[in-house]
Amino acid sequence: MLIDLIISAIKAIFVVLLVLNLSAVLLWFERKGSALIQDRIGANRAGLFGIGRRLGLPNLGIINTFIADPLKIFTKEDFVPDRADKFLYTLAPFLALFPVLISFAPIPFGDRLIVGSHQIELVVCPLTAGILYILAALGLGVYGAALGGWASNNRWALLGSVRASAQLISYELTMGLSIIAVVMVYGTLDLQEICRAQSGTWFGWLPKWGIVYQPLGFLLLLVAGIAESRRIPFDLPEGESELVAGYFTEYSGGKQAAFMLADFAEIVLVSALISTLFFGGWQVPYLQSDGFHLPGGTWLPLSNPVVALLGFVAFGIKVVFFCWLQILIRWTLPRFRYDQLMTLGWKGLLPLGLVNLMVTAVAIVAVGGSV
Amino acid sequence: MTTWFPVALMTAFAALVVGLMVTINAIVGPRSRDPVKGEAFECGNPPSGSAWRRFSVHFYLTAILFLVFDVEVVFLYPWAVTIRQLGATGLVEAGIFIVLMLAGLIYALRRGMLDWS
Repeated sequence: MLIDLIISAIKAIFVVLLVLNLSAVLLWFERKGSALIQDRIGANRAGLFGIGRRLGLPNLGIINTFIADPLKIFTKEDFVPDRADKFLYTLAPFLALFPVLISFAPIPFGDRLIVGSHQIELVVCPLTAGILYILAALGLGVYGAALGGWASNNRWALLGSVRASAQLISYELTMGLSIIAVVMVYGTLDLQEICRAQSGTWFGWLPKWGIVYQPLGFLLLLVAGIAESRRIPFDLPEGESELVAGYFTEYSGGKQAAFMLADFAEIVLVSALISTLFFGGWQVPYLQSDGFHLPGGTWLPLSNPVVALLGFVAFGIKVVFFCWLQILIRWTLPRFRYDQLMTLGWKGLLPLGLVNLMVTAVAIVAVGGSV
Repeated sequence: MTTWFPVALMTAFAALVVGLMVTINAIVGPRSRDPVKGEAFECGNPPSGSAWRRFSVHFYLTAILFLVFDVEVVFLYPWAVTIRQLGATGLVEAGIFIVLMLAGLIYALRRGMLDWS
């Protein structure tokens, strides 16, 4: 009993730390990646006592992002504007980052791992209503943006926060609708079961991933997910050429870092959701619980820890791929106008989501539940 | 109880980390107040006054519309899970529900609720 509690404690802390660190890595990737895309050099100054330079290593800005910037950010002055609402001003960044972190609880990052007599499910908490839990936690994120701008008592910030709130709630509908269609296909809200249902192949070679059932649902979730993380082309709440920095104009130091990490953690969350619902989560093509079953009929036996590790690595690769895709989109497209954003959300994606839902429902009922 | 223990633990740990992140500056940072520094930042211009005043009613309308539709979307989840058991009857009933929802959306669009130009 006690050992089970310790294992679940380790998993919970591991996932929170993993997400925070992956967010920091994404920040580094965004800096150097955008520099690469724009033919700049990017962060390349900070070093540790010149060690890297003496060894002749290229300065990749790693020390900038992971040591110098956090040190600087967390030792800044605790600045609150005179007219701001002090309590809400501190609460807002908390409410932006905290819900994103806890919404990773039901997302599985691997199959079960067997250690001795213990079966460890590689998920923080296998909730039977996991998808509803994620949607509920994501919905809380709106408060961070809404309160942040309002509490700053700055006109730019307020504009940014009302824009952010309207945008977040508009695209949350599309998100919900595209996920409903996936729920229909698998008949469960438990993400671990959805992953398990995506094992095996069609015709002996095509992996049974959700993308084959729901290609339109995947696109809708991707677009809505990018809009939820408030990045270009949907970065109107921040729009630095119009609103300084939107709802976190007045923020600095650790509070600003919380807002920034919240954005990156949301990218990770959207990637994890897309990988789980549409790309098999931790499923590796042709890998089953006893080893690889290749299309030619070859069987390559593997032990349980190796299979579990391969699953974890596969999930990691899928998540990082979709993070990379979102960063690439951010540095490729220009920003929408506000009316375009709202038109796309309400007149484009929402009806498409409903159509996708109805077509899926009719198809499932027509084939009599044998899908 | 045991099911929710990891969630409670994760919530506590995340709250601790994020709470530390937003308060650490008050603990370790320097302190220097200045009336000019405390002003609202408007690109260097003198602040144009408090932001706590009226703003476009459009945002309220969007929020109301969202509330209506989000509740409807949540109503669809139980049906989505049990769609195979409910079969054609459930499909027709949910279809009527979705058509009503679409009618509401079309009404809102025709009334210009979402015209932002």
